[in-house]
Amino acid sequence: MLEKIKSDIEAAVPGCRLEIIPNGSPSGQHSLLVEPARAVEVAKFLRDSPELRLDYCSNVTGVDWLDTEISEKVKVNTLVNGVEHEIEEIRKRQSPGYLEAVYHLYSMEKKDGPVILRLRTENRTDKVHLPSLTPVWRSAEFQEREIFDLYGIIFDGHPDLRRILMWDEFEDHPMRKDYVEPDDYEYEPTAHDDVLAKAKQHNA
Amino acid sequence: MTRAITEPIDEELPPSFTDGGDEGELLEIALGPHHPSTHGVFRMDVVLDGERVVKLKPVFGYLHRNHEKIAETASYLSSMPYTDRLDYMCSLSNNWAYALAVEKLAGLQIPERAEYIRVITAELTRLQNHAGTIGFLTQEMGASGTPLMYAFREREKILDLFESLTGSRMMCNYMRFGGCRVELPPGWLEQTKKVVEAFPRFLDEYERLLTGNEIFMARAQGVGVLKKELAINAGVTGPMLRASGVNYDIRKVDKYGIYERFDFKIPLGEHGDVYDRYMIRMLEMRESLKILNQALRDIPPGPIMDVKAKIRGFRPKPGEAYGRIESPKGELGFYLISDGSPNPYRYRVRPPSLINLTILEDMCCGYNVADTIVIFGTVDIVLGEVDR
Repeated sequence: MLEKIKSDIEAAVPGCRLEIIPNGSPSGQHSLLVEPARAVEVAKFLRDSPELRLDYCSNVTGVDWLDTEISEKVKVNTLVNGVEHEIEEIRKRQSPGYLEAVYHLYSMEKKDGPVILRLRTENRTDKVHLPSLTPVWRSAEFQEREIFDLYGIIFDGHPDLRRILMWDEFEDHPMRKDYVEPDDYEYEPTAHDDVLAKAKQHNA
Repeated sequence: MTRAITEPIDEELPPSFTDGGDEGELLEIALGPHHPSTHGVFRMDVVLDGERVVKLKPVFGYLHRNHEKIAETASYLSSMPYTDRLDYMCSLSNNWAYALAVEKLAGLQIPERAEYIRVITAELTRLQNHAGTIGFLTQEMGASGTPLMYAFREREKILDLFESLTGSRMMCNYMRFGGCRVELPPGWLEQTKKVVEAFPRFLDEYERLLTGNEIFMARAQGVGVLKKELAINAGVTGPMLRASGVNYDIRKVDKYGIYERFDFKIPLGEHGDVYDRYMIRMLEMRESLKILNQALRDIPPGPIMDVKAKIRGFRPKPGEAYGRIESPKGELGFYLISDGSPNPYRYRVRPPSLINLTILEDMCCGYNVADTIVIFGTVDIVLGEVDR
């Protein structure tokens, strides 16, 4: 089914890069990776296409993928004492991390779904931008604000992008995997064990 | 207007008191966070023109404890008791939604009897939630206490059932991945049947008090209208959506659990106003009673846990799953990503209470403060779930 949606999008939004991300779990909910620059066009097509009518954007969420080291076994031909041998070599390469926004779309008209869209940022620095899909589905309004707040993705085109759960003066993004929690624990009345150790370290 | 009889003031007005023309001055006030009508700690920053609301911005986060982050540092099972604390009125629905998502992720089967127990507990939860919501709604209209106490009298009977089954009235922590935690205590089904049989009498009494009540109708009809198209686009779910006339109930759409076996109807509203939202909840309680009667009649004996389900050392294969149910508040979903470790890599709650508030400003603008409180009451939120 997702292959058909992919080809439909390719026909409607020419030149848009799409990729099906397989899902290894028994749920079988595969998702569609969309090029961020064309995401609003794709979203509008999915919402308005008479065949799909994905008029209901249920769940919007962020995911943080850290930099990972991938080890691969590569077969290399080398000359040993003048004779060519095939040797297996382990090569490591760094796969850069990224942040992801995941949209779960359903159709209330066709009672169908979910179709899962993923948008990926280029890296996971403080200035990562993705297009906002709030102009297409209003239900993304608070959820994109939440991603901005907790993951730090800046949604371009969002009507009211402010922090939603943390207070306005807060600086970090707590849902990121490398978030370091504050170690002062001034709110902890009876510090003990590792909390006590951290508090002592902080006050030293 | 004091200004009209004194000399005109030349100095610039402070930004919060902008000139509203003939209508008078605009006044910015904060409704909440500590106010009984906000159902918890929640703030609405409203701009008033006299008594009328012209702008409303909800402010969240007073109860934020980053439930999702905590769940990502704990094993799958240890988040189950924490889901009780999301929507603390409906802990058993939350348990089911989380269990359903994990079962999708790991591909577990649920025994027949456990499915029936889940339906029974979830529908009992719906009964007590809807009765309570209507009680609070009338309280906010000025019917001080009486309807709310009627609702709480019935809720008490249901909470007693939960206590005898799970050991806790509100924080039930009852469902497990692949079934339920404990077998029904002796006599529980008979007791439940009694409660279910007595419930229509309460509903009739409740309806006699409210449905045709002149004051109630004057306060509720035509107030806070939510249009169908906006409701769909803004992702509003649950009784709110159906009151606007959209036929979308996840029990019918997804047919999760064993809901396709039961004969029940989806009540739909026509106007999308406060009165319809009240009426939908009344009718949904009657439909829930139908489901309960069928489930209590058909529940088979048998095991309540999948024999292949692992309680300890539970590690689903890498992958992801989104599971959702029709909770009394709307679509409650859990989105999980597994990387093969004992903890979820990503754990996300799709909170119906938060997303149903998206259109609060659209519904309230142009109404009086007293109506705003009533409209807000029909959204039916619990702050434990809004802020997580």
